[in-house]
Amino acid sequence: MNKRETHSKYVWPDLVIMEFLTAVALTVILMVWALLVNAPLLEMASPGISENPSKAPWYFVGLQELLVYFDPWIAGVMIPIIIVLCLMMIPYLDNNPEGSGRYSFTIRKFAVLNFIFGFSMWWLLILAGYFFRGPNWQLYWPWESWEALKVTEESLWSLSTEAGVASLIIYFGLGMLLPYLYGKNFCKKLGAFRYMIVMISLLLMYAVPIKIFLRLVFNIKYVLVTPWFNV
Amino acid sequence: MRLKTKISFLNRIKDSRIYRSIFRHDYEDTKKNRVLQIRSNVFLHLHPVKMPEHAFRIRFTWCLGGMTFFLFLVEVISGLLLMFYYRPITEYAYTDMRYLRFDVPFGVILRNIHRWAAHLMVTTVILHMLRVFLTGSYKPPREFNWVVGVVLLVVTLLLSFTGYLLPWDQLSYWAVTVGTNMISATPLLGNEGPFSLVNKYNDIRFMILGGTEIGTNALLRFYVMHIVLLPVIGIIFMAVHFWRIRKDGGISRPL
Repeated sequence: MNKRETHSKYVWPDLVIMEFLTAVALTVILMVWALLVNAPLLEMASPGISENPSKAPWYFVGLQELLVYFDPWIAGVMIPIIIVLCLMMIPYLDNNPEGSGRYSFTIRKFAVLNFIFGFSMWWLLILAGYFFRGPNWQLYWPWESWEALKVTEESLWSLSTEAGVASLIIYFGLGMLLPYLYGKNFCKKLGAFRYMIVMISLLLMYAVPIKIFLRLVFNIKYVLVTPWFNV
Repeated sequence: MRLKTKISFLNRIKDSRIYRSIFRHDYEDTKKNRVLQIRSNVFLHLHPVKMPEHAFRIRFTWCLGGMTFFLFLVEVISGLLLMFYYRPITEYAYTDMRYLRFDVPFGVILRNIHRWAAHLMVTTVILHMLRVFLTGSYKPPREFNWVVGVVLLVVTLLLSFTGYLLPWDQLSYWAVTVGTNMISATPLLGNEGPFSLVNKYNDIRFMILGGTEIGTNALLRFYVMHIVLLPVIGIIFMAVHFWRIRKDGGISRPL
């Protein structure tokens, strides 16, 4: 690009010293942390006495939070598998050659915005599950006591199978069609196959907050009810 | 000892055959030595000899990949030391934890370091992924190394999750119960999942726990996964990951 960027320096000692100092700093942080805070150790495990709430390790609490809105086979199995597969596909789906090797937003708006959205959702779900859930996975503010047990009194309802199929067809149909019709060259740049995978992945990702919204605002439990599974 | 004799004594050591056979070159700051320093050291030779200037800026990489690797090493060393005190059997596991906490000299610090470094490692590996995304570093020719990185992210999460059960206290037991109950909802392969082909005695949860409940078998399986299987997989993928950084043209740079 310019001369400053292509100019190179010796790794010894400039980089090695930085790595060394980072390692020293991390060691100090870890030592202080380990001296000040003890790792948790509760009573011995007893299968008969369940913890309420029992929370997954913090990095999986986001998935546990999704159990409120989705059945376990979606929240616990399909969503993590889809996330991992989609992450792996990113380099092959993003065919915008611009913006390699530097922080850039303006030339990669689409990629950056969508990634940040999914990334933030993961952290927000963790925060919600970790700090705002108490006994029976009810909503508790961090300053609220867990002594007063809460019960859910919401009456949930589900869309009829016909309405569910119709709304899913509309959501995915319009979602696939509208960017094709109105996105300036969006589909053309990606190519048909890549466009399909990108749009399906994104529609699946945005379906998660939409389902959360439907549940919280309209008390909808399932969008699609079938004899075999519910979504 | 007078200074002069001290220096000549040191020089004699430096000129000895043994010293020269170990260190090969001196440390005077010359261009040649800067090259040799990296090239002739097995630990440092992961680096290139020279890098573009922008790669030295801490605000480009935030050193997150390096930190993750360093934390992995901390986990290996502290984990090895913990293994001297820990038996993965339901009768002993918890009492060994209490022993570590209250009786073993520095045992509590050892365990704390292992625990907090694990949490930090999960954090740094996620932030490293964010950094690589935001700098577009997965773009050609580095696509495959991103895929390897995603595998390493999953391995890190699984390492942390399998370690979670080992203290065998209420926290670990019920956290792992929550996690593994979801597995029985796997479509086809879980006994509670849609289109299930199996029962609770031969589904995927049974395979992971070695039983229908979390007991001695599950503890042993998680232990073996935690200390052998996952670290070995992790090390293999790390080797590929680091090697590919060099082979894919070094650290990403503006085209």
